[in-house]
Amino acid sequence: MKAKDRDQSLSDSRELDGSYDPLTDSIEDDFELSTVCHRPEGLDKLQEQSKFTKKELQVLYRGFKNECPSGVVNEETFKLIYSQFFPQGDSSTYAHFLFEAFDTNKNGSVSFEDFVAGLNIILRGSINDRLNWAFNLYDLNKDGCITKEEMLDIMKSIYDMMGNYTYPCMQDDAPREHVENFFQKMDRNKDGVVTIDEFIESCQKDENIMQSMQLFENVI
Amino acid sequence: MAAGVAAWLPFARAAAIGWMPVANCPMPVAPRDHSKRQDELIILNVSGRRFQTWRTTLDRYPDTLLGSSEKEFFYNEEAKEYFFDRDPEAFRSVLNFYRTGKLHYPRAECIQAYDEELSFFGIIPEIIGDCCYEEYKDRKRENAERLQDDQEDKKDFKPPNMTFRETIWRAFENPHTSTMALVFYYVTGFFIAISVLTNVVETVPCGSTSQKDISCGQRYTVAFFCMDTACVMIFTVEYLLRLFAAPSRYLFMRSVMSIIDVVAIFPYYIGLVMTDNEDVSGAFVTLRVFRVFRIFKFSRHSQGLRILGYTLKSCASELGFLLFSLTMAIIIFATVMFYAEKGSSSTKFTSIPASFWYTIVTMTTLGYGDMVPKTIAGKIFGSICSLSGVLVIALPVPVIVSNFSRIYHQNQRADKRRAQKVQKARLARIRIAKKGSSNAYLQTKRNGLLNELLDLTASEEEQQHLNKTKSLLESQHHHLLHCLEKTTGHDFVDEQLFEQNCLEGALQPYRSRTPSTSSLEGMTGTCCSRRTKRSVPLPIANAPASHAHPLALTHTLPKSPGLQELSAINIQCAEKQIHSSSRSNLNMQTNEVDRRNCKQQKVTTAIISIQTANTGSPAEDGGHGLPNRGASVVTTTSSNIIKVSAL
Repeated sequence: MKAKDRDQSLSDSRELDGSYDPLTDSIEDDFELSTVCHRPEGLDKLQEQSKFTKKELQVLYRGFKNECPSGVVNEETFKLIYSQFFPQGDSSTYAHFLFEAFDTNKNGSVSFEDFVAGLNIILRGSINDRLNWAFNLYDLNKDGCITKEEMLDIMKSIYDMMGNYTYPCMQDDAPREHVENFFQKMDRNKDGVVTIDEFIESCQKDENIMQSMQLFENVI
Repeated sequence: MAAGVAAWLPFARAAAIGWMPVANCPMPVAPRDHSKRQDELIILNVSGRRFQTWRTTLDRYPDTLLGSSEKEFFYNEEAKEYFFDRDPEAFRSVLNFYRTGKLHYPRAECIQAYDEELSFFGIIPEIIGDCCYEEYKDRKRENAERLQDDQEDKKDFKPPNMTFRETIWRAFENPHTSTMALVFYYVTGFFIAISVLTNVVETVPCGSTSQKDISCGQRYTVAFFCMDTACVMIFTVEYLLRLFAAPSRYLFMRSVMSIIDVVAIFPYYIGLVMTDNEDVSGAFVTLRVFRVFRIFKFSRHSQGLRILGYTLKSCASELGFLLFSLTMAIIIFATVMFYAEKGSSSTKFTSIPASFWYTIVTMTTLGYGDMVPKTIAGKIFGSICSLSGVLVIALPVPVIVSNFSRIYHQNQRADKRRAQKVQKARLARIRIAKKGSSNAYLQTKRNGLLNELLDLTASEEEQQHLNKTKSLLESQHHHLLHCLEKTTGHDFVDEQLFEQNCLEGALQPYRSRTPSTSSLEGMTGTCCSRRTKRSVPLPIANAPASHAHPLALTHTLPKSPGLQELSAINIQCAEKQIHSSSRSNLNMQTNEVDRRNCKQQKVTTAIISIQTANTGSPAEDGGHGLPNRGASVVTTTSSNIIKVSAL
């Protein structure tokens, strides 16, 4: 009798509150999330698969686990973490694209293995590998070529991270112009899309890009 | 930057790979980790209890004791540990703050001791997490009140040089300050009581002459009149004195107490003025009723009465609800009873308003019995009425009672409203802290270019010194933001500067642009074109406006290979020069980045010479520079040659 009363009063207060939707909310949902837990493979195995040293993997995992105790990152947490680095702008779209790129098996969460795999390519891979990874990031629908619309989305997301207070004042067509520049540079055969070969070729010719790729050597 | 995600900074920097292929400008140099130190465990010995943590954990908050170099003062060489002679229990929450990024308040801890620990370790209490913040603030407030009560006695310290008027006012407000005030206080209280008693006794019948009983008032008219006069005189004097002494007479006259005072003494004066005219004496008698208001004057003498008044004022909504529901119920039941009793003969329920009386008496369970229903239907509805009456009246009463109790306690804790302001201040502070990270970056930008320049020219020791002042984490984060700026070609600025720029841009769109630079307008707002726009007033005839060949500045420097952006740095510093003879400054907008931080003796100025194929334009000069330091930097572009050298 007592338990029933408690449930009844709980539901009554929920109705009064007006914010509770019986269709989508339920107590079971809360339980589900908290029991998901993921443990990565052993340190040795990860060390074989990547080019990080043991110490580096340790540092990476400690940071990872600190922020995501359950062992996996879902998109919301990912966006939240990334937004802490860009206080002025809105980094959620770019974080979404990043999440898509890191989540290789498309299961909606990034485990530590995915995390290490992605970082391995970016930080320890060859220049070609890095360019490949960047291409993969830009290619939103993963069809092997970057269209202007995809590039525009990416560009807008990068410009969003700048926020409102910039110098010079951000024009509305700044991303579009930037995309035009990019396509002029990258699209060799002028067919409106950039394929992986065009991309790699153009990047290799551009000294700036080559130079900036070197930056990732000693991030860790 | 939130320190909890400091560990994710390498990830964020790796994610910047997405910006590289789209960037038009070269990226700035990454800060190097000079120490190249492996992360080590440090031991914190707090009164014998040893805590261990990674050094990077403590480095997350560089503006606290443990995160800064201040902890070196506590380093114990022999034991190779940091020793703090503090409470280990409180230290636990301090250390957990570094680990998790959230500061918690342990409820078992004394609030003062905790505050002292926090201030020792340089942590501001405002960052206590939401889970513990309420408790912390409550405890702090209680403590403050306790201290305040002890200090209440000191409040009676009389400031010197008070005017006569202020003295009187103070005497009225705080009767226990001086003996005279106390005497006056009791005298007025006594006279209020006497006056009320007189009014009551006046109407008591005492003795009888001729045919009817007469009241005492009519028998001893003179005596009562004298009593009344005396009371009213005292009250008038008091009122006039208060009016004289009040700091704001208008406010005083509007206050409730003064209205009660006036109402209390008015009938007497009206009675004096009016003669014993038969017609008006009836009205005059009615006025006497107002003499009972004298009893409200007691509220100055009684705290409880004041609280009751406050309660009623604050329960206005509950009282209103009570009144409203009662009225509804009365009307409903009166109507029902009227129609139920309409049939019976010689009924007292002659109309609905007449039934109101029955309903009220029944609902409040008084039951005088002067009106009773006779029909069966009437009796049924009458019983329903009395049952529901109890409910309707009983419902709002606990609310009113609890309100009274609350106000009573609140009266002892009058600064709940102050707590609201503190909450707002706290939220404002948190907002400022969030903005602080972006402000930190902007601040560093103004200093940062300076540092990069020094990388070139300064000696190793100076370099080390400067690098120590900014933690590695911070410099890496700022490098990340700098890369983003380069990618998009726009700079972060703070709000005020942004608004100024917008205004300037609106007012003077073309003043600072020479015809030559307008050819560069066609380019997108990349950093390079902007920078060259600023510093190059000379025509670059062959700069193709529509081509996507931005002026890429790559440099080679004998000392440090791979250093980019030197020209930009130099140009920026040139703008920072207050030296007005520099031509570059003429094109600069006056509200440029803050020059405060530019140390003149260490800044070099660029000499920019533009040699294009068609126009052999002369070089332009900057201001002064460092002697004995020479580095010439050659930049190449695809179509133009820009020579930048630093003197």
